Amino acid sequence: MSTSPKVEPNKIRVLVAKPGLDGHDRGAKVIARALRDAGFEVIYTGLHQTPEMVVNAAVEEDVHVVGLSILSGAHNALVPEIKEGLNKAGLTDCLFVLGGIIPDEDIPEMKKQGVDMVFTPGTSLTDVVEYIKKNAPVRA
Amino acid sequence: MSDSKMDQLKKAQAEWEQRMIAGEKKVPQRDGCFTTLSDMEVPLLSTPADLEASGFDYMRDLGFPGEFPYTRGVQRNMYRGKLWTMRQFAGFSSAKETNERFKMLLEQGQNGLSTAFDMPTLMGYDADSPKSKGEVGKCGVAVSSLEDMEELYAGIPLGDVTTSMTINGPAIVILAMYFAVADKQGVPHHKVKGTLQNDILKEYIAQKEWLFPVKHAVDLVTDTIEFCTKEYPNWNTVSISGYHIREAGATAVQELAFTLADGLGYVEECLKRGMKIDDFAPRLSFFFDVHNDFFEEIAKFRAARRIWARLMRERYGAKDPKSLMLRTHAQTAGVSLTAQQPYNNIVRVAVQALAGILGGTNSLHTNSMDETLALPTQESVMIALRTQQIIAEESGVANIADPLGGSYFVEALTNRVEKDALDYIRRIDEMGGIVAAIENGFPQAEIANSAYHFQRQLEAKQKVMVGVNKYKAPEAKRMDTLYIDRSVEKNQIQKLAELRTKRSPQAYAETIRKVREAAVAGQNLCGPIGEAVKAYATLQEVCDTLRGVYGEYRETGSF
Repeated sequence: MSTSPKVEPNKIRVLVAKPGLDGHDRGAKVIARALRDAGFEVIYTGLHQTPEMVVNAAVEEDVHVVGLSILSGAHNALVPEIKEGLNKAGLTDCLFVLGGIIPDEDIPEMKKQGVDMVFTPGTSLTDVVEYIKKNAPVRA
Repeated sequence: MSDSKMDQLKKAQAEWEQRMIAGEKKVPQRDGCFTTLSDMEVPLLSTPADLEASGFDYMRDLGFPGEFPYTRGVQRNMYRGKLWTMRQFAGFSSAKETNERFKMLLEQGQNGLSTAFDMPTLMGYDADSPKSKGEVGKCGVAVSSLEDMEELYAGIPLGDVTTSMTINGPAIVILAMYFAVADKQGVPHHKVKGTLQNDILKEYIAQKEWLFPVKHAVDLVTDTIEFCTKEYPNWNTVSISGYHIREAGATAVQELAFTLADGLGYVEECLKRGMKIDDFAPRLSFFFDVHNDFFEEIAKFRAARRIWARLMRERYGAKDPKSLMLRTHAQTAGVSLTAQQPYNNIVRVAVQALAGILGGTNSLHTNSMDETLALPTQESVMIALRTQQIIAEESGVANIADPLGGSYFVEALTNRVEKDALDYIRRIDEMGGIVAAIENGFPQAEIANSAYHFQRQLEAKQKVMVGVNKYKAPEAKRMDTLYIDRSVEKNQIQKLAELRTKRSPQAYAETIRKVREAAVAGQNLCGPIGEAVKAYATLQEVCDTLRGVYGEYRETGSF
């Protein structure tokens, strides 16, 4: 496996989170497993997390990447709350990515809210892995 | 076929194979994997030898339509007597808007209603709960109280339509609200017809909209079966669902096996309460996915009916033919739809719908082309409904019962699917039944493995999704999708605040107290919950009362 010059993949810690009431966890679990197979350290929150629970998990696990999976249409309400919580907790350098059913017209707003990347349906696992390798923050 | 004829056939077939292989020097097989969507090997050719090898016996394995073991369908005259019910799942925004969609669908020739609830409702939260923020009216209609339910079915005579309601965790409360509306319309109990999904076991396996620990949740399902068997004899108490299991990534065989195992789980619970098999089994119904692989799906439906009929007769001694019949709704596979080149979805849905019908489904929802992007627009719902009407009225397939029966390939595949599903059911029996299997995470892990395996196959292009990993095209203009306004949430919150000041506080407190007492005492809760919703206790108020007694279910975040 090729590794990014910036960081060793085995040191990147990724939180895969399912905020909101949405129970569709197929995508989150497939992504979590693919990231683990790619050598990242993966923490999966499980379902039905409040924004506060997601932020707490990110802090406790001291992650480099927070990935949200939302398929219920609640992203406009949930994403800003989580981003604000991460900032308040001092995790300002976290790579913040989003996947699920996100309508095209909502993507600019999501970016404005601090989402670094929105992965829409059909994105390949390889693309997600490569993106994280390239963009995860380096910490001392 | 006589032995000597069979020997001749096998010899001729072996010789043909030699010639075929020789021919492949000139025209080799294309690259690609010649397996079903669920990775079962598919032969190039099927002949009577395959049927013999899989132990086929016409009278034992097929029989006739409407007769044991129902492989060929549950109605004697199949679709000549009654076409499948065309039932489009609908629900979004407020009760008022969904009510308008319902009326449109009925005017356009749909013959049954199917209700989708939003996430808060599915999880037993009111629109004004902090947990509901951003979710109200998004994935379905918001129903927090009897008042919403009254608006949802306003002007629709509940004695004349059949209604399906897709809800599980708090199903007992929503059912009580529906019966209350029917009462207010003056509909006699025996004329209230429809289906409550009420299949909590598959929630733990796949759909993940749960409230209580498994045992208590299963007790609530059993309460509704017991209550309806006495009070609402024509209500389908549980729609035992493979759909969500499949959508979560299961193979066709896993979908079939886990669904039937769930069904056996409910049967066992009812028997434990002293109910008689032929009193409640006729009102158990099923709900399967119809995915892309045409023949695999047809085989799955045929095998489902045969396995269920045999298990009900052999294991439980059921005698009423209605107990033996697996009646099923089907829905085309949402997960097969693509956001890329979305018009292609119309074609996928048509092929899947045809498979469901050739499989002998009793009811069908065809997905709309835009459902991978958002809830469907009115226009796309219409195309989906017309797809069914074209198959029903133009294609001719509804003229004949089980037209693929006797196909060497379909019969051999039906036997294979049956055998593999029975293997799973045996393993689950050995674990102590489906509740134990779920608590051990067995079906969940099997499904997660299949989902990951399939995603890997897609990445390696061993499986094709047109427009996604093959035949990609620059995206044309984006499709207009349905947008749910945030004002829906605000209005619902406002309505609830008003409701809480309007209703009688005494009646509310008294009926909620009785729900709590009955829950603590382990009594059937249908009666007390019925009284509470009539006193306009909200969905969450009832569910929180039960949460206080039972606790909540939590899943560990394994993947």
